[in-house]
Amino acid sequence: MTDRVRFALFAAGIVPLGVFLVWAVAGLSPFGYYPGPYGDVVNAIATAQRHVLNVATAVNFDYRGFDTLGEEYILFTSVAGLILILRERRQTQGKRTSLGETERADGVGALSLVLLPVIVVFGMYMAVHGGLTPGGGFQGGAIIASGFLLAYLGSGHPAFHAIGKIEILEVFESLGAAAYVVIGLAALGLGLSFLQNFMPLGGRGNLVSGGTIWAINIAVMLEVATGLVIALSEFLKEIEP
Amino acid sequence: MSVYQAVIYALIAIFATVTVLTRDPKVQIFPYAFYGMLLAILFFILQAPDVTLSELAVGTALIPFLVLVTLAKMRARER
Amino acid sequence: MMHVAPYVIAAWIFVVGLYGLVTTRNLIHAVLCLSVMQSSTYVLLLSIGFRRNAGAPIFSVDVPPGTPAVDPVMHALTLTDIVVGATVMALVLALTMQVHRKTGSIDPHKARSISG
Repeated sequence: MTDRVRFALFAAGIVPLGVFLVWAVAGLSPFGYYPGPYGDVVNAIATAQRHVLNVATAVNFDYRGFDTLGEEYILFTSVAGLILILRERRQTQGKRTSLGETERADGVGALSLVLLPVIVVFGMYMAVHGGLTPGGGFQGGAIIASGFLLAYLGSGHPAFHAIGKIEILEVFESLGAAAYVVIGLAALGLGLSFLQNFMPLGGRGNLVSGGTIWAINIAVMLEVATGLVIALSEFLKEIEP
Repeated sequence: MSVYQAVIYALIAIFATVTVLTRDPKVQIFPYAFYGMLLAILFFILQAPDVTLSELAVGTALIPFLVLVTLAKMRARER
Repeated sequence: MMHVAPYVIAAWIFVVGLYGLVTTRNLIHAVLCLSVMQSSTYVLLLSIGFRRNAGAPIFSVDVPPGTPAVDPVMHALTLTDIVVGATVMALVLALTMQVHRKTGSIDPHKARSISG
């Protein structure tokens, strides 16, 4: 199929798609006048039912916890697929490339290594306070991974691989992914439904509140942080000098 | 719709087009990272701080870096 | 027209990303266009959940439950989606490296099939 034919086919398809899309969104309620009942209902009852102040976190890990379980396993599977592809290539071919190592200033390297634990602690603070302030497992995990990225950019490959040892990271990633399912199965073991909130709710405004929400939050933070750092580590091994 | 929202929505539409029309991946990273930052600002204006945090860390730092590593890897093999 | 402009902009971003994906000559350019298409869904979801003169769905002593707030379900759907989208893009980039190894080019018209 030549370029012209492909583009003609695309143009023939995109015009009806565009028209239908605009027709569909024109039927929505006007921007700024949210009509639906579900959001208002959740906003009204979430704090009283679950003792968490951040309703988006409660929706993510409790009211729609099953969807979040699926999303977390998409992440886990993508990282597993990435590891399979890149490690197989490194086993059948050589490991070294012809790219040289960049010259880095000592001060920049030292500063980046000093900042790494600060960023990791900040990411953990952001994740653990997910029930009370904006934040949560996914955000904190992404922040921790960007801290490791800063360590590579400032100090190079040896520092990154010394700090982010792949064996420890893999153990924690599996732990984080498994903990989510184990918490759900524990609810089954107690005679309730899968992923039902069975732990004590705690006082409103405490860190440990919301029943299973804080436990699932920590499991997700572990899994997202280590998963993203493993992906970074595998990519960086590809260009190791 | 306030002035901030109108401006941000217009900028987002423009920068999405710019990102797609830039064909060279080495150059495309920059409008893409800027587009990610604009999205983060939009999510903040729409009263969604959780989503802002996610988009900032991921769209501005991690994805452009992975694209750069892929480009470096391909350049290395061609030597 | 102004009252559905954000939704039309989300539809426009989707269409533009699709155009870039169809007419690409470079697989990495395709990955970034795919990411732009994904971001159109975030814009649409959050624009639907927005309410004027309302705050974020985070309550406290000063902001008791009952004050007007935007829809939290859209936030929950979007924030997991962003992180997962990034990881899937990483997987597709690794596949791109594989295609380059097997066939020597990242032109989607030349790289027909990879095996192994």
